[in-house]
Amino acid sequence: MIDAVVLFFILGVIARLAKSDLKLPQALYEALSVYLLLAIGLKGGIELNKQSLQVVLPQILSCMALGAFIPMLMTPVLKRMGFSGVDSAVLAAHYGSVSVVTFAVASSYLQREGIAFEAHAALWVAVMEAPGIVAGVFLAQRELNRAKALEGKAVEAKRNWRDLAHEVLFGKSVLLLVGGLVIGAVMGQDGLKPIAPLFTDLFKGVLALFLLELGLVAGAQLPEVKRYGLRLLAVGILSPLLLSLLGAGLGKALGLSTGGIAILATLAASASYIAAPTAMRMAVPQGNAGLSIAAALGISFPFNIVVGIPLYTWLAQKIS
Amino acid sequence: MDKYPKKLLVIFAEAALEKRLVQDAKRFGAHGYTICDVRGGSDRGIRAGSWDNDRTIEMKTICSPDVADALAAHLLAEYAQDFGLTLYFADVQVLRSEKF
Repeated sequence: MIDAVVLFFILGVIARLAKSDLKLPQALYEALSVYLLLAIGLKGGIELNKQSLQVVLPQILSCMALGAFIPMLMTPVLKRMGFSGVDSAVLAAHYGSVSVVTFAVASSYLQREGIAFEAHAALWVAVMEAPGIVAGVFLAQRELNRAKALEGKAVEAKRNWRDLAHEVLFGKSVLLLVGGLVIGAVMGQDGLKPIAPLFTDLFKGVLALFLLELGLVAGAQLPEVKRYGLRLLAVGILSPLLLSLLGAGLGKALGLSTGGIAILATLAASASYIAAPTAMRMAVPQGNAGLSIAAALGISFPFNIVVGIPLYTWLAQKIS
Repeated sequence: MDKYPKKLLVIFAEAALEKRLVQDAKRFGAHGYTICDVRGGSDRGIRAGSWDNDRTIEMKTICSPDVADALAAHLLAEYAQDFGLTLYFADVQVLRSEKF
């Protein structure tokens, strides 16, 4: 059964396609995204201080390795499909990084289905944002060098590394997720009680509103998707499907619960459309930003929340 | 009232460039700037400002003609190839010359 929040997303898409004047103010979108990131972090943090480092550390390292591995795997395949070297690396970086909202929809789906998962899973999200982006930038730089980039570029790229590190470590998504995790872990369930009505009880409603906005933005991507054609559609649908297998396999190897496997499969399948586009635009301006956004937000995100998450959950139940 | 001639350099650029534009303006000797969020379009498409990658800024700086020229030349060379960028100059008059 479809989750109510997904219907809000579809409503947003329909509003856009119908050329409705519906528009969420920019400030509201910013506020909602800050709220979601903090709420997800806090929730994960509460559970985090109940976990031992021996359990958590292998998960952190594996998640980071998976994030970095995905662009390495995808870039050659995308090039084989006819995308340029730089575009392939940039696009692959988006899939190496993760989508926080896809994670939120997955956890809400699992909750409703009554499938337990590791409650500190937000930590996986936090550590999976950056590695894919960094790996993607390395790959893109290699492609640029290979394409006989001009002499001056190498110097400029050096300067970019510092900006990039700042961008991915102190960008709002990692900062708020990690900040929430730490506050949650330090304060624990009881310490957070005073703010729980805002950050816990209202979560799904805010998620629904945010998905309405995402629906509007994703709907606006559809003409772009059409422009890039079947090739991009194939990337947007096949990438999540194949990457989810990697995530599920890793989850199984780590000995995660059924829900945990489904979450990790979802994270592997998801593509970033908030952190990655900003970081990649700065680090690799030569890449086609529109192509990546169209794939990540126009195809893979809707696919994941409507079809993917139930599918990955089913897969997790089969293999666990 | 005494009025002094200066150049106004107006820059339309992707919002992703904001930090770098500010750094460049300062480095080339502009004493101040203002920035606002805008949206618009051209033959090459629409920038509706609906997503981070889709946002556009308008940056204005008033400075001496030399500074304006040098800054504009640098921006063209540095960003025009990979980023959306539009520049124009205008002659303006200011009251306190030393401020710019």
